[in-house]
Amino acid sequence: MDFATLAPFLVGVIVSGLVLGFVYAIIALGYTMVYGVLQLINFAHSEVFVTGAVVGFEVFRVLGDSPMNGYLKLLIALLAAMLVSGLLNVLIERLAYRPLRNAPRLVPLITAIGVSLILQDLIRIIEGFQGRFDLTYRLPEGFSTSFCGAESSCAPIGKFLGTVGIQLQLKEVMLVVVSLIMLGGLNYLVNYTKLGRAIRAVAQDRVTAGLMGIDANGIISLTFLIGGALGGVSGVLFGLKFGTVNAYSGFDPGIVAFTAAVLGGIGSIPGAVLGGLVLGVIQNLIGVTNILGNVLGLANLGVIDSSYQRIGAFLVLVLILIFKPTGLLGRSNTEKV
Amino acid sequence: MTAVRPGSQPPTRAPDRSLSLIVLAIISSALLLISQERSWLAALPSFIGNILKNPLVASLVLTLFLANLLFAYRWNAQLWAKLLVGGLSLFLILPWAGRDNTSVFDLAIQIGIFAALSLGLNIVVGLAGLLDLGYIAFFAVGAYTWGIFGSGQIGKVMTYFKENGSNGPLTLIIGLALLIATALSLRAINRVKGKRTPAANWGFLLAALGLVIGVILTVRGAVILASAGTALGSGVNPNFFWLFLILAVAAAASVGVLIGLPVLKLKGDYLAIITLGLGEVIRVLANNLSIYSNGSQGITPIGSASVPWLDSLAGGLGFSPDQYNLFFLYFLVLVIIAVIILVNMRLDRSRIGRAWIAIREDEIAAQAMGIPLVQTKLIAFATGASFAGIMGVIFAAKQTFISPESFILTQSISVLSMVVLGGLGSIPGVILGAAVVTILNISLLPSLGEATANLNLPQQVNPAQLQRLVFGGILVAMMLFRPEGLLPSVRQRRMMHEDDDVAGNLTPQDSIAGELNPENAAEVYSPGIATRADNERGGGTQ
Repeated sequence: MDFATLAPFLVGVIVSGLVLGFVYAIIALGYTMVYGVLQLINFAHSEVFVTGAVVGFEVFRVLGDSPMNGYLKLLIALLAAMLVSGLLNVLIERLAYRPLRNAPRLVPLITAIGVSLILQDLIRIIEGFQGRFDLTYRLPEGFSTSFCGAESSCAPIGKFLGTVGIQLQLKEVMLVVVSLIMLGGLNYLVNYTKLGRAIRAVAQDRVTAGLMGIDANGIISLTFLIGGALGGVSGVLFGLKFGTVNAYSGFDPGIVAFTAAVLGGIGSIPGAVLGGLVLGVIQNLIGVTNILGNVLGLANLGVIDSSYQRIGAFLVLVLILIFKPTGLLGRSNTEKV
Repeated sequence: MTAVRPGSQPPTRAPDRSLSLIVLAIISSALLLISQERSWLAALPSFIGNILKNPLVASLVLTLFLANLLFAYRWNAQLWAKLLVGGLSLFLILPWAGRDNTSVFDLAIQIGIFAALSLGLNIVVGLAGLLDLGYIAFFAVGAYTWGIFGSGQIGKVMTYFKENGSNGPLTLIIGLALLIATALSLRAINRVKGKRTPAANWGFLLAALGLVIGVILTVRGAVILASAGTALGSGVNPNFFWLFLILAVAAAASVGVLIGLPVLKLKGDYLAIITLGLGEVIRVLANNLSIYSNGSQGITPIGSASVPWLDSLAGGLGFSPDQYNLFFLYFLVLVIIAVIILVNMRLDRSRIGRAWIAIREDEIAAQAMGIPLVQTKLIAFATGASFAGIMGVIFAAKQTFISPESFILTQSISVLSMVVLGGLGSIPGVILGAAVVTILNISLLPSLGEATANLNLPQQVNPAQLQRLVFGGILVAMMLFRPEGLLPSVRQRRMMHEDDDVAGNLTPQDSIAGELNPENAAEVYSPGIATRADNERGGGTQ
């Protein structure tokens, strides 16, 4: 491969990294919102995400034969996943975190790990009773075709994208659209509504927010509901993109998404999105480092294959945290004894 | 395990239970020996024999027997009775049972390994309050240190370098020069007190990177030089095992320092996620550097030292030659555990131990009192890592097979759950935690699975497959109902329960009123995992 073919190739890699990044971003939002109000790493979020993916799988499976419009199926899947994951997250908060509100910080963190392990087995058992382990999405027709399949039906924008090396499938376009809608909605909710102001107040100082007449526990539940719903959406999007999920597949994206949240500055909503996109692109770039190495004449890069992708995410995290310990967009706060 | 309630200490001295301790020890030892010895089992009436042969019963008998050690430690009994029960159980009955059934040995060694790991993690998490989610990486470092050299893998590495390596002396010299230069500059940068400038940060990073490259080049140069001269077909001489026990400690401790240097400035959750990441990095490296680690296929067979007099002793006692290794490792583990416990007890009361606790409770206050933060944390990291390193060698020698699969994140979490279950910061507690989790994991749950095999349960709810559910349940239940663990240290118990008697009655149960409590309102959010307020769990619970 020479430099002439490299440019569109790289563009393609970066664009598909951005698509992946949107999935990470939405998962990361679930982590960061919970962290914002409770300063708790919700390790169970990756299972909330898988629950969403499982619900999405079930919806597509049940609706598989119906002549319903594919977009409608996707909408139903998204709504169902949002509902189930959101409620699950609220339930987790109520049972496992709320009784520990004033305990040392290690305590709810360990509970979160425990809840995560329990949910993994529960999901495996529930799906296992129907003889399933790997859940392969049954996507509506046309979702996996190229966004710009037939030349004649191609919109100018699609043609343009095609010439610069961007080839997206329809489902990836939908993934980005859904993500953007969710991000916009969340941004509006948090920054421009009364409810959002209450969430921010609780995140700032729970006790004082309570004094101002805000039902802090209610707001925390609501935050978990929103975070869980985002997890559900991201689960369906993940299933859409990768096609297969199982009870344990929440771990990898969960870790990367949490890394993204930390990278962007945990607790910061734009930070989570930025972190997700950055990590998505970096992961994809690491996946093709060996190809780049061939082009640049650095034969030693050839040993770096896609299995190093996760390492890349962590090394970037280490580097950024050394220089900016609060993350890319995080605020630093002074501590006192 | 059996019901031990350290939380409720009776006001008067408990009655002397020497007699019941000895009786229980005799009964459980007899049951254990009978259930393992086939000829004795055959002599019994068949229905009793069948009961004892049931895997679940056998596993419970073994658990009861091990519980004796706990009773010997906890119960109020004469010292001679305690020593007698403890000594005979460890040195006579257990090896005896292990002769007839190696799985007993296996379990005992595994408990020892995990007890040492828990003690190491206890220093990092329990004493210094640094949440390390990648602890198993140090275990991996130890295991691979011996695994590579104790097996044919080193021969493969040398053949590879003989064919591909070039210019060993130059590589070695460059590596050493880089090593010395970067180490000196690291030291110089660290000596600059006051506010760290970006330039110093960059310099530090660059020097650290250089240090890592220096280490790699030095090792590479040494290997090239060595491979030119020698050929090691099946690993180094087994007697080097002793040397590698020490080398593994050094290797794990230096990896601990290397990992710790850049990240220990971070606090709490950031530290947790970074250690998790670096733990994964080590595992992925083990998976990918297949020249050294043979990739995901793992290294096998890994040798182990042989001690002639111990072997002949084992032979005299009727052990078969293939059990000599386990016999030797069992006693080695006992010795190492004893040393580690001693080290832990000394550390707990030492100046550095108090410094760790001070950091855990309040970093800024500790720093203000003159505790060098990074240095103290690094010592905690390195100490914890070294315990894991030495046990890694034992693990490699016991399994004779290691692969990256043994060092996944779930293992880190399960060691963490041992520490938490037993009681953060409490030495007997974490040992008990390690024993309970290990017994559950390798003995009780699988045997429960076997025992229920003919109930036609669906494969999904087979108890042997429910480890995650059981661990998760343990973690959650412990945190909700007994966050100080099974055998908490006195300090921890007081911290968690100091206001139970007073504040528990006075504080309103209503959540809003609880948060209006002026003491809660004054709480300071410290980003560490240290406690946020002194009166925890008093008012805010609903």
